[in-house]
Amino acid sequence: MEKELRLMKGNEAVAEAAIRAGADGYFGYPITPQSEILEYLMEANPQATTGMVVLQAESEVAAINMVYGGASCGKKVMTSSSSPGISLKQEGITYIAGAELPCLIVNVVRGGPGLGTIQPAQSDYFQATKGGGHGDYHLLVLAPASVQEMADFVELGFDLAFKYRNPVMILSDGAIGQMMEKVWLKPQKKRSEEILPWATTGKPATRERNIITSLDLDPGRQEHFNLKLIAKYREMEEKEVRFEEFMTDDAEYIFVAYGTSARLCQKALQLARAEGIKAGLLRPITLFPFPKKRLNELAASVKGMLAVEMSAGQMVEDVMLSVCGKTRVSHYGRMGGMIPTPEEVLENLKSFIKG
Amino acid sequence: MAEITFNDIIKPENLAYKKSRLMTDNILSYCPGCGHGTAHQVLAEVLEEENLQERTIGITPVGCSVLMYNYIDVDFQEAAHGRAPALATAVKRLMPDKFVFTYQGDGDLAAIGTAETIHTCNRGENILMLFINNGIYGMTGGQMAPTTLPGMKSSTSPYGRDVSMMGSPIKMADIVAMLPGTCYVTRQSVNTAGGVRKLKRALKKAVQYQNEKRGTCFIEVVSNCPSGWKMTPVESNKWMEEHMFPFYPLGDIKVPAE
Ligand SMILES: Cc1ncc(C[n+]2csc(CCOP(=O)(O)OP(=O)(O)O)c2C)c(N)n1
Ligand code: SF4
Ligand SMILES: [Mg+2]
Repeated sequence: MEKELRLMKGNEAVAEAAIRAGADGYFGYPITPQSEILEYLMEANPQATTGMVVLQAESEVAAINMVYGGASCGKKVMTSSSSPGISLKQEGITYIAGAELPCLIVNVVRGGPGLGTIQPAQSDYFQATKGGGHGDYHLLVLAPASVQEMADFVELGFDLAFKYRNPVMILSDGAIGQMMEKVWLKPQKKRSEEILPWATTGKPATRERNIITSLDLDPGRQEHFNLKLIAKYREMEEKEVRFEEFMTDDAEYIFVAYGTSARLCQKALQLARAEGIKAGLLRPITLFPFPKKRLNELAASVKGMLAVEMSAGQMVEDVMLSVCGKTRVSHYGRMGGMIPTPEEVLENLKSFIKG
Repeated sequence: MAEITFNDIIKPENLAYKKSRLMTDNILSYCPGCGHGTAHQVLAEVLEEENLQERTIGITPVGCSVLMYNYIDVDFQEAAHGRAPALATAVKRLMPDKFVFTYQGDGDLAAIGTAETIHTCNRGENILMLFINNGIYGMTGGQMAPTTLPGMKSSTSPYGRDVSMMGSPIKMADIVAMLPGTCYVTRQSVNTAGGVRKLKRALKKAVQYQNEKRGTCFIEVVSNCPSGWKMTPVESNKWMEEHMFPFYPLGDIKVPAE
């Protein structure tokens, strides 16, 4: 089967890509601006075609715990939500991380705190990249900047989740979730029938019983486990860092921005160049692991970095940690569902340059 | 008459009762006289007799039975507090041919996990929910549970449960019996040999109904907590008969139409 070109919303692309990636199950609860994912899946009814289970849970808490149960069986399972719902899912997410299970979580971020707004924001960066729930853990976080990436990161996310036995989050926002773009969809994959050796699928006589748990009452063993998790995150930092650069070769000033903000910065970059300002852009694609090394390298040759985020300044902290004081770092952001214009970003770059 | 030795007695032909093959040799973490251990044994016997080991996935709660996976030799998932039915929902939907059960205490099932309990039953998930109601939070040291009886003392109701402040104990079995999704709801006990036999029969029915995909089976076991109740095992069983059983009457609450 050929690839297929469609015009879709980011949310719809996630849903269709999940079916095509051979997902076994989706468990969700409605919340704006991501309800189209559940709606699309319900209408597509993949249970009848691929056998994928789609269920509307009674809450985000239930949905993520369904994901926990399904992931414990070695199945390709996922959920999606937006900020307030993701907060509720944190309980399940830390258990999933603690039990070392693969799964995919999509956050189509809206402004907060609290009920906040239904408009796009990037204010869940800390929650997504630093753990989110209790305990020492990380998600592997992918930040799409287009509808195409919304689709592509579903399969990539599942692959990485199974590779590392770790939950993966797609950290999107209301703009990417709602906007329509053309998207190339991959052909339908068959759902896997493989029985994973660690999965709880019923104990045959040939193996010991499998136990999925995040509990260890022995401090020595628990610490040993914590060290194992850290080693896994270090491995991700070595092998899975993804980013994209624009005009960084001769850049004196670099925007660091992901998702929607990165698109704005691409335009701001053109405006800056037209005025003779040597601007560049680094777009982190993985937010954890963060492109620390590359930013550190670039810090040696630039005059400053401006982190542009739709938040009060969250990723900027990672930029600062990456450059270790080698260059000036500042932040520009809008909040509450406001999206900065490229002109606004350029103005801020100019005042940053003035110092 | 020659003296009878221990070895004379432990002959296969004298064997009246034995540990289920599916009970592991791990030392149970339960207090002496606690109903959890007996409930485990009955469940293990049923899983063994029904040949279910190869297709069973059990979901353990947070509570005294959190380590149940150490005691019964089947695949297990350890849920977060109250969420076992959500895990079970996904397991059963993704693998409909497996035998799936949850095992939960009253704090787990009837307080923090109330929403999961109600909605799992309401969707009629084809699972067995086994509910150990001892009227108290055993694991955390004897705090008031949603099922603690009126006037009953606990570490967080030291003057006795005041229903005007704390509400009345919740009868979860009666509540879920009202939902069309449940096919079998019964209340049993494990404090007597007769009770154990009845629970075993109830569990076997639940296996049959799950095989027939008839909906959620909900089996409550009214049980004791000698440590949390601050009683000897014998006293706790007497107290349970005198106070718990009148409030939580034993027997079937809902049976499927034949
Ligand atoms: C989210 C969360 N809140 C609280 C606890 C602490 N906790 C552990 S067990 C328990 C109550 C268990 O009581 P019950 O379900 O009745 O089980 P029992 O020990 O009586 O069998 C509580 C409150 C926890 N582990 N997780
Ligand atoms: S605390 Fe209570 S419920 Fe827990 S093991 Fe002891 S007697 Fe049983
Ligand atoms: Mg209890």
